Amino acid sequence: MSAPNSSFDPKQVAALDADAIGAMVDAALAAIAAASDLAELKEVRLAHAGDRAPLALANREIGALPPAAKAEAGKRVGEARGRIKGALDARQGELEAERDARVLVEEAVDVTVPVDRQPLGGRHPLTTLMERVADVFVSMGYDIAEGPEVEAEWVNFDALNIPPDHPARTMQDTFFVSSPDSGVVLRTHTSPIQIRSMLDRELPIYVIAPGRVYRTDELDATHTPVFHQVEALAVDKGITMGDLRGTIDHFAESMFGAGIRTRMRPSYFPFTEPSAEVDLQCFACRGASVGDPDNPCRTCGSEGWIEWGGCGMVNPRVLRAVGIDPDVYRGFAFGMGVERTLMFRNGVSDMRDMVEGDVRFSLAFGLEA
Amino acid sequence: MRAPMSWLREFVAIPADQTGRDVAERLISAGLEVETVETTGEGVIGDLVVGRVNRIEELTEFKKPIRWCQVQIGPDTVNGIICGARNFVEGDLVVVAVPGTELPGGFRISARETYGKTSNGMICSERELGLGDNHDGIMVLPEGTAEPGADAKPIIGIGDEILDIAVTPDRGYALSIRGIAREVAIAYGLAFEDPGTALADLPAPVAGHALQECATEAPTGCDLFTMRTIVGFDPQAPSPLWMQRRLVACGMRPVSLAVDVTNYVMLELGQPLHAYDMGKLKGVVRADWARAGEPFESLDHVQRTLRTDDLVIRDDTGVIGLAGVIGGLHSEIDDDTTAIALEAAHFIPQVVARAGRRHKVSTEAGRRNERGVDRDLAPYASARAAALLLQFGGGDYAGMTAVETPEEPVVITLPASHPEDVAGMDIPAVMVVRILQVIGCTIADQAADVLNVTPPSWRPDLTDPADLVEEVLRIIGYDALPSTLPTAPLGRGLTAPQRIRRRVGMALASRGFVEVLSYPFVGVAELDALQLPSDDPRRVAPRLANPLSEEQPSLRATLLPGLVAAARRNASRGHADVALFEVGRVFQGDVAHESGERPGVHGRPQDDEWESLNGLLPRQPHHVAGILAGTREPQGWWGPARAASWSDAIEVVRVLADVAGARIEVTPGADPAFHPGRCASITLDGSVIGHAGELHPRVIEATGLPERTAAFEVDLDAIADAAVPIRPAPAIGTQPVAKEDLALVVDVTVSAEDVRAALAEGAGELLESVRLFDVYTGSQVPEGKKSLAFALRFRAPDRTLSADETAAARQAAITAAQQRCGATLR
Repeated sequence: MSAPNSSFDPKQVAALDADAIGAMVDAALAAIAAASDLAELKEVRLAHAGDRAPLALANREIGALPPAAKAEAGKRVGEARGRIKGALDARQGELEAERDARVLVEEAVDVTVPVDRQPLGGRHPLTTLMERVADVFVSMGYDIAEGPEVEAEWVNFDALNIPPDHPARTMQDTFFVSSPDSGVVLRTHTSPIQIRSMLDRELPIYVIAPGRVYRTDELDATHTPVFHQVEALAVDKGITMGDLRGTIDHFAESMFGAGIRTRMRPSYFPFTEPSAEVDLQCFACRGASVGDPDNPCRTCGSEGWIEWGGCGMVNPRVLRAVGIDPDVYRGFAFGMGVERTLMFRNGVSDMRDMVEGDVRFSLAFGLEA
Repeated sequence: MRAPMSWLREFVAIPADQTGRDVAERLISAGLEVETVETTGEGVIGDLVVGRVNRIEELTEFKKPIRWCQVQIGPDTVNGIICGARNFVEGDLVVVAVPGTELPGGFRISARETYGKTSNGMICSERELGLGDNHDGIMVLPEGTAEPGADAKPIIGIGDEILDIAVTPDRGYALSIRGIAREVAIAYGLAFEDPGTALADLPAPVAGHALQECATEAPTGCDLFTMRTIVGFDPQAPSPLWMQRRLVACGMRPVSLAVDVTNYVMLELGQPLHAYDMGKLKGVVRADWARAGEPFESLDHVQRTLRTDDLVIRDDTGVIGLAGVIGGLHSEIDDDTTAIALEAAHFIPQVVARAGRRHKVSTEAGRRNERGVDRDLAPYASARAAALLLQFGGGDYAGMTAVETPEEPVVITLPASHPEDVAGMDIPAVMVVRILQVIGCTIADQAADVLNVTPPSWRPDLTDPADLVEEVLRIIGYDALPSTLPTAPLGRGLTAPQRIRRRVGMALASRGFVEVLSYPFVGVAELDALQLPSDDPRRVAPRLANPLSEEQPSLRATLLPGLVAAARRNASRGHADVALFEVGRVFQGDVAHESGERPGVHGRPQDDEWESLNGLLPRQPHHVAGILAGTREPQGWWGPARAASWSDAIEVVRVLADVAGARIEVTPGADPAFHPGRCASITLDGSVIGHAGELHPRVIEATGLPERTAAFEVDLDAIADAAVPIRPAPAIGTQPVAKEDLALVVDVTVSAEDVRAALAEGAGELLESVRLFDVYTGSQVPEGKKSLAFALRFRAPDRTLSADETAAARQAAITAAQQRCGATLR
């Protein structure tokens, strides 16, 4: 049927006028702002943006408008709903953030409580110090050599140019195994590893030999019958005492810092000739405490130097004893006491701390001294 | 060797401004280890004067006898002094510290009231002046020493600096003022008046006296023997004070003139001397080898039994001295000796060293003789001694007898370029020659390329070219050496066992274990405490001939005793909850005894010789062991403590095997030290390499460890040997995993490991992993049964597994467990 729209109402629909919609929006925004938690906001959403909200109801009236007014009213309502939704979402975000923050605060703990269910253990500082020394030499191309602790006297003494009845034998008070004439001893130094290395390895030989050694000293603050040495040996053509010195210098710098100096003093060891004692410049005061009584150095006793080890050129007699021609090859050897090094390096004052196995000692050094 | 500066200055004109410390620096650079420089009487501040005791009044009313002395300390000054010593008489000269003087230790003398008198000063003993240990009484100065009031300090040697030198075995010559003075002269480039090559002014022998005859019947032990005879000697004559002071300064005790003179000359020249009471000698005094079992009583009242390679001095009555080491008791000088036979000889050092070692006697003479005394020195030294004896003890010099075996001079062939080759720096040949001459060598042709060097008689240590190189370098100074680096061949780094030992240490420490390094000495008590039966191989270990403690005479064949001791020590110090570990060698089996000739040292040992040397030694593998006592995890805010248990010990063994990359097996095991029901055997390819579990309750009781203490010990070398050298990479499957849990009921005696192995094998290739996650015994399963719950994970490399495939694999696993372990699905 074609007829004029009989239901046409020339009057404005009150609910759709600008003021009315503005009031709805204001009411909605006020309610949103007033919602203090997520539950209230949910109510507000239902009331102002739900199916039965004033705007939703107003929206239904649009159909009754004359066609010319429909577009304008639709636009007005749409904008209003958009503003409310935006405000709702923003408030929702705010309230959620508030809630989250509150929960996280409630879940907070005291992170300062001790967490020591299974604390780290500790390696013995002598072990790690020997590893450290070995690593310096390994980086220079040396191999780590080892040998037995129960050793043949020939290897421990004779081959090292310490013949029977030589006074040097009494320099090292020896534990004899089984009987004094069994020919077997607890090695008194790591030098027998030199002999084994020279017998077992191909020339040239560059080895570092850490190990446990034994002498018949009673245990006290500065002596122990069981202790450790590290020994370096190089046998090659054209090796010089300058090479020995350079190697010791490099070693000292690697262990105690750049610029640390060493000093060699003539000494005597049967298995080296020439022989020397090696002093290390005090790494703590670097010599500054010498002659300065106001600033004494505990590490070196204000001497400026610390006795560190012994060294020398391998005695040609030793080379001969292992079948190396001393006219073709020369060698140097250098050895140091590990306990002694630990004492001055880490400030251990009593040798007994190293042997008693008190957990407090090794724990203090962790995994590297 | 203690060397007073005043004595050194007698032979070298050391510049006056050079102190003992300056000289010490020079000597240290030259290779003499000066350990200390001390000043005699250091700490004496103020005046010390000579006093004469005019009168002594004995005060008897006190607990101990006290003397009230009137001591003249100046021409017109007499001080009253209280003194507790009694070794002096009226008229004696003494040393007086006057009021105002300070003695060592900050002890200040003042006039003070004591024993009812005002004591004005102190009469001093050696010890009070810091001159020596003698505190038997006060110092009494010989009559005529000085007038009362004279400064006593120079008289008693106060203010002299003493260098204390640790003489190395090669430098016997430095055990004398002569030798040290020579080094001082060389170090300063000064002239040296050698007192060892100038004969002292001896009077011509007085004819008519019998000479003490001497001889050597052992030329390979004694190649020079001299004897000087003095008769009419006054045995009461005292040693001069200066001689006594020097002996004390050098650490020797004055005894009597005859003894003091021999000691003095030994210190001065380095030649040991022996003075016999000639009246007690019978027949020719001669060096000879002892007869087997021959008895000898030495000066120190020790009865000794001699062997045929002991060199002795004998007369017709028997042995009167262990040559070069110690004299005999019966020919000793005494208070009545008027005829002195003075022996000076040269002994072969090795012979003296052997005797000293065997008879465990260390003397000043022995120290010098075993290092080698100047071969030419004996007659010069005995002349010096005889002159001193005559000077202070009077008598007639009767003359000398001597025997000598000619010696072959040592000539060392040294290429003149050798020192510079060894040093790695330029050393002109002329410098080499000059230095060798300075130290006393003679060189035939000084311009030759190859030098023929004859060392001086006082340097028997110089035998090889290398010895001469050291002399050249030490005189130049080691400071001059360059610092160069050799080119080592390319290294290969650590060996696998070395790396594994490090990793194991790291892993154990990371798991809370603390490393200890125990002494490897054990005794029967510790092995008994571990309940090791008498035939346990761990009781077969090398035994020390000279252990520090008779309680611990053996080497360890197990690391457990050291760990037990360390755990106990920690417990006693308040740390009962410990996890300790040790990586170290153990010693298995006894050592063999050397038989036959030892290899020489003039060439490489033959292969069979080397083999038999190594055959002497026991096996010495590295073990790793640990002990866990008390709680493993402490009580804390998270909950209660967890006690350490057998399972922790086994867990850590599994960890270290994983760390090493070795596939161990854990099976029920038995070890006498462990709880029989809580001990696992650790095996590698079927052989047992150790145990882990709870220690036996009786072991725990015997050792006093906390209840349920757990432990482990395994052969770490065996683990290292079995380690995979190169670990293959896994194939990482990206297909979905299928998880199946199942619970199986088995007899309680069936081990979980057997069930796990059966499941793994039955499940086939699709199985990715199988893990036991629960063990249950109780009302839900029949008596004598247990339920084991396993989680299985299946995955195929190329596809998603179908339900059927997974079910089939699961069923196959169950079937295998049923067949092999009698398991039923719960």
